[in-house]
Amino acid sequence: MKLIKRIIQGILAHLDMPLFLIVMALMGIGLLTIYSATSSDGFWKLDKQLINIAASMIVMLAVARTPPQTLMRFAVPLYLLGVILLLGVALFGIVVNGSRRWISLGFVRIQPSEIMKIAMPLMLAWYFHKHESMLRGKHFFIATLILLVPIAFILKQPDLGTSLLIGAAGFFVIFFAGLPWKVMFGLGAAFAAAMPFAWTMLHDYQRRRVLTLLDPTSDPLGAGYHIIQSTIAIGSGGGLGKGWLNGSQTHLEFIPEKHTDFIFAVFSEEWGLLGNGILLILFTLLIGRGLMIAAAAPTMFSRLLASALTLVFFIYAFVNMGMVSGILPVVGVPLPFISYGGTALVTLMLGVGILMSIHTHRMLVKK
Amino acid sequence: MSDFHHSEQDPDRFRKRILFAGSFVLLCFCLLFGRFFYLQIVQHEYYATRAESNRISLVPVMPNRGNIVDRNGVILARNYSAFTLEITPSKTLGLEETIDSLGEIVEIQLKDRRRFKRLLEESKNFESIPIRTRLSDQEVARFAAQRYRFPGVEVKARLFRQYPENSLAAHAIGYISRINTKDKELIDAGGHEANYKGTEHIGKIGLEAHYEFELHGTAGHEQVEVDAGGRAVRVLSQTAPIPGNNLTLTLDAKLQAVAEQAFGGRRGSLAAIDPSNGAVLALVSSPAFDPNLFVDGIRFDDWDELNNNPDKPMLNRAIYSTHPPGSTFKPLMALAALTTGKRTPGQAIADAGYFNFGNRRFMDDKVGGHGMVDMHKSIVVSCNTYYYVLANDMGIDNIARFMGELGLGRRTEIDIPGEATGILPSPEWKQRRFKKREQQKWYPGETISIGIGQGYNAYSTLHMAHALANILNYGKVYRPHLVNTITNPTTGEVRVVEPQPVRRIDLKPEHVEVIKRGMAGVVTEGTGSRAFAGAAYESGGKTGTAQVFSLKSGQKYVAGQVKERLRDHSWYVAFAPVDKPKIVVAVMVENGGFGAQSAAPIARQVFDYHLTGRLPGGPAPEVEAPEADENTELIEEAIDEAD
Repeated sequence: MKLIKRIIQGILAHLDMPLFLIVMALMGIGLLTIYSATSSDGFWKLDKQLINIAASMIVMLAVARTPPQTLMRFAVPLYLLGVILLLGVALFGIVVNGSRRWISLGFVRIQPSEIMKIAMPLMLAWYFHKHESMLRGKHFFIATLILLVPIAFILKQPDLGTSLLIGAAGFFVIFFAGLPWKVMFGLGAAFAAAMPFAWTMLHDYQRRRVLTLLDPTSDPLGAGYHIIQSTIAIGSGGGLGKGWLNGSQTHLEFIPEKHTDFIFAVFSEEWGLLGNGILLILFTLLIGRGLMIAAAAPTMFSRLLASALTLVFFIYAFVNMGMVSGILPVVGVPLPFISYGGTALVTLMLGVGILMSIHTHRMLVKK
Repeated sequence: MSDFHHSEQDPDRFRKRILFAGSFVLLCFCLLFGRFFYLQIVQHEYYATRAESNRISLVPVMPNRGNIVDRNGVILARNYSAFTLEITPSKTLGLEETIDSLGEIVEIQLKDRRRFKRLLEESKNFESIPIRTRLSDQEVARFAAQRYRFPGVEVKARLFRQYPENSLAAHAIGYISRINTKDKELIDAGGHEANYKGTEHIGKIGLEAHYEFELHGTAGHEQVEVDAGGRAVRVLSQTAPIPGNNLTLTLDAKLQAVAEQAFGGRRGSLAAIDPSNGAVLALVSSPAFDPNLFVDGIRFDDWDELNNNPDKPMLNRAIYSTHPPGSTFKPLMALAALTTGKRTPGQAIADAGYFNFGNRRFMDDKVGGHGMVDMHKSIVVSCNTYYYVLANDMGIDNIARFMGELGLGRRTEIDIPGEATGILPSPEWKQRRFKKREQQKWYPGETISIGIGQGYNAYSTLHMAHALANILNYGKVYRPHLVNTITNPTTGEVRVVEPQPVRRIDLKPEHVEVIKRGMAGVVTEGTGSRAFAGAAYESGGKTGTAQVFSLKSGQKYVAGQVKERLRDHSWYVAFAPVDKPKIVVAVMVENGGFGAQSAAPIARQVFDYHLTGRLPGGPAPEVEAPEADENTELIEEAIDEAD
């Protein structure tokens, strides 16, 4: 009995309740929506997602107990491992749906770009932390190189969505490390100037996605179909939604990828503007809590890591909902904590675990 | 680079950036909420409608096409249900492979493939097209067991049109066939496109075409919930189709059969009308065709045969082929003379055997003439000279006006499409008809040939039967019609097609009597007597001959010496009984020689059956022309126009 009590106490000690409750609420919404989206194919996906949640929860708890100093030690090896694996993908990767994203380790296939989602902010936060007392322009330059090398690999796969997420994660670290506004505006201007050139570098399907966003009706049965159908689903949901399990767009298979990337259309059709409002509030609370943790973090490393990871959640949520509602191009980004899928969930919960670790270990560091 | 100094160590700076980030997040989420508000509140109606139209598909349910029955209830057109195997090309994995492997479980012949290919060219990709029709129950079962192998292939129960009497009255009944672009325009122009959404066939000719919108019925529809793949998930609501109206014809199928058999395969036509109301009793165009060939889409070789047949079986001769009526025109001329006051019945001329006009001489057929000829005799002996003189006295304008009143030279408005107007010659007609100035002029000499039914005159058998019916009805004109009543099978409501005369011609009964007596005389003592010897009823008639081949001056027409296709056309117009006519016929046999020879015996068989119920033993025999009147129908233009 005492042992159990101690274990529970140990767990609770490193659990950030507000964060935990928000994430639980989001996952609950996710389960309800996955149930609705997959009810026609039986419930095995729901069962699998429950297992995914349980597994990711364990990861979260384990990471939450790990002190940030220990996490910091993983930064360089994890980053190097990620880069090596990305190189491996480029050389021996497995092509699925026209993209070379996977590498086989014999017993399991992994997607190294997924590792980078955590490894990148970890690495940059470590780098800035190491040079905390004497940050100069060259450090920001080197940080940018650290960021761009893996992104170049991932863009080459090609995987626009993931490179966007990783790029954003890295950029957030650099931003919070204090990249001057002047430099940012300068880079922004240069980026805008480089757009026409970048356009020529994009793959046909990527260009099509952008063009389709500008005018989905130009190709209503092809690339525009997804956006048109998801927009119809959202719009037809109205103020209060059609009710759980009653979305006709969902249940008659008009929504593509309805339990993964387009799950928001399913939710939105059945729960309406009211449901969307609640969802936005939950995400706002999640991000708010994350930023609070960052603000309270004692070290450069933990500040940068917490703030960047928090904004990664935001990027996930914003890009996904923006794409499904037709204001952003279609990139393969899941809706965090809601979309079906184990890999994304584990990565996200790893992030949550890091936030909790930073928050629950802050006093120890101060002492 | 001063910006980099110390700033990073300032937690204040970090907090500002956190605040900035938080504000940015809120701004983006507000933007998203705005987007949701726009979609879900502002544009909700629009998207709700789009979702509904995604979800709900209206599937038309075809009505039963109306049946066509003759006046005694004999079925001439009906529907039967059969299974067809249909392919939706866009849903198959490979069209050729699909057909090949289908061929392993149901029989698919080369002709089926050919028809499929043709229909495929005409259709849109998402329509389902029959590869096999009339599947047997075993074939349906065999396919059903292996259905999973054939995406895009379905067995459907379809209604087929059938004409159980085959070629009987084929031209009058017509046929249905697949809708083409031209039909589609007609449907759209009439505002019927909604009702025709699921319809594949449409009446092409005959009654099937004319009464298309009566026969078709009103399509019902099923509201079906469909998924993104277009598969029906469930039926939400259903509106039953309303079957098309049934047509009951004035036509007597048995009489029609008697008349068709009487032709014995010879080319020609016949129109039989009840003069008291314009009801068409029989309408023959010989030879005929089998309308059943067209229903599934006619096979290429069948079509080729029908099209290239020199006898032109597809041509509806009764309403479309026009020829000079020859001497059958004379009774009409006589009535014109009486009505316009140009002649009295007793007024007689002395026929010397010719009529001189200017420097031309118009010959009578009887050398030396018929002596003193009054109106009755002029009809009975078919005296050309009498009508030469009469035509000259009346003038072309009077003739044209009266004949036009009788219904010649215009459409009778019978209820099937494709009617010819015929040619009622007049100076105005010539003006319209010819381009060159010298051809446009009307020569008085032309009037004289018009008087005996030759020259430019050209009428169909329907025209002649219609004109005679109008006379016998004392000027009350009924539109000739094949449909007696239109019955709504749902309500039982019956509509009569032609209850009222459409117009009246001012005819005096005593004048009509003179004509009737004259025509009765033709049967008792004139050219019709051989054909009608021993008839159990009194009838009136008039033979006629239309020249196919113009004789040169001094040549004499001898039938045996002229090639079959150049022989004269044989006409006979008649009615019976004389006192109270129940039937009028006009018969024309192409290249049949004299009217008395081929056409009159056909009229005899038709009258025999209609009035006494007597069935003939076989086709109407050719009768030797009576000795005295051997050359009755012949006109010789003895003096060349060039003289």
